[in-house]
Amino acid sequence: MAEEVKLHSFRGSPYGCRVEIALNIKGIKYDFIQEDLNNKSPDLLKYNPVYKKIPVLVHNGNPISESVVIVEYIDDAWKGAPIMPVDAYEKARARFWAKFIDEKFIPAIFKAFVSHGEEQDILEANEQLQFLENELKVKGNKFFGGDNINLVDICAGYIAFWAGAAEEALGIEVVTRDKFPKLTEWCHNYTNCQVVKDNLPPRESLVAYYKWLFGKE
Amino acid sequence: MGNESEIRLLGTAASPFVNRVQFALNLKSIKYEYTEEYLARKSELLLKSNPVHKKVPVLLHADKPPICESQIIIEYLDEIQPDLFQLLPSASLDRANCRFWAAYIDNKFFPLYEELRRTTKKAGQEAIKEQMIEATKLLEEAFVKSSNGKAYFGGDQVGYLDVVLGCFVRWIKHVDELNDFNTFDEVRVPELAKWAKNVSSHEALKSVTPGIETLVSFFGLLHIYKPPYQ
Repeated sequence: MAEEVKLHSFRGSPYGCRVEIALNIKGIKYDFIQEDLNNKSPDLLKYNPVYKKIPVLVHNGNPISESVVIVEYIDDAWKGAPIMPVDAYEKARARFWAKFIDEKFIPAIFKAFVSHGEEQDILEANEQLQFLENELKVKGNKFFGGDNINLVDICAGYIAFWAGAAEEALGIEVVTRDKFPKLTEWCHNYTNCQVVKDNLPPRESLVAYYKWLFGKE
Repeated sequence: MGNESEIRLLGTAASPFVNRVQFALNLKSIKYEYTEEYLARKSELLLKSNPVHKKVPVLLHADKPPICESQIIIEYLDEIQPDLFQLLPSASLDRANCRFWAAYIDNKFFPLYEELRRTTKKAGQEAIKEQMIEATKLLEEAFVKSSNGKAYFGGDQVGYLDVVLGCFVRWIKHVDELNDFNTFDEVRVPELAKWAKNVSSHEALKSVTPGIETLVSFFGLLHIYKPPYQ
């Protein structure tokens, strides 16, 4: 039976992008279905009735939702370059940082964007960033995954591209070069990975979108 | 894996997240040393082991760095001891399904109970109870699909989702009693109600489920550190 892989997503979504990067790492061919978030397709509502959100991966008719769950599924279901570490402890560590990024870091930086850079919000976002900076410092590697990107790099991708676009849209600085030298270096390395470069949305449209989203017209 | 001092768990008896890890350790017959943490006076070891969240549970395994976050700990235990009582299923799709519902349980379902505990206004409480009813409807459907007519999410045997959700049954019952509610109502969610009875009487969980005094005492602490909303 020919393999059928579909991705319901929205071009520019950092979460959708995570899935596309993972699919590209494994060399998987897939159909991209652009969803209108104001008019979600009946398929999307059928495939993700709990959250009604993108991204949703549909593999041979089976839907999988939630970007981190999807990325782990892709690593489980297909051979090829690994996305998760092999060692059990390193796997746990990767999952820990992925969870931290989604549950602590992104909400903190998003809050700073919503408030257009309120000092307290930037401070809190910086506190969370410091943990990631320390992790890179301690390990001393090019990526969170070592020589190659792994789940943590894919989740932290938000910092490398989307955060910068939001900062530009709002004219504020949250990820300060001086405060976070390792992260700054990592951002540069990450966005230069072919598999990431190939999947990033156009920056100008993202900046324009963020100007609208955060009310800075 | 017989050496008791190889695995150490930092926890607090009343925490359902700690009970969750203990449930998994017991199912897998992994011996461990347990250290009770007093959340009003966290130990140096806890703060050093989990500097990001400063929370229990924390698993210390031999000379490896600490592992935090209960679901992550359980996946780790499954990896280091896959042969005895495997918790996560083998098929990729089933694993993805488990992780999806585990995330839902921790991020959407259980927080409702903390919300309810901290909400004093009647209108607010009613709104949260409505959300709980919706959530348990979803969990009932998930259970029916996953269990395939058997007693547990994992089928004949306790599996990952039984551990992830099962640890909350006693806590939920306590919050229910304080708020005139019945989460696992036999009419509204008949299969989930049956499941709740089964899982909470499973020896591996029953042996670590806190008693009423422990719960009341802990809720007293929470009342101070995470008080009701004004």
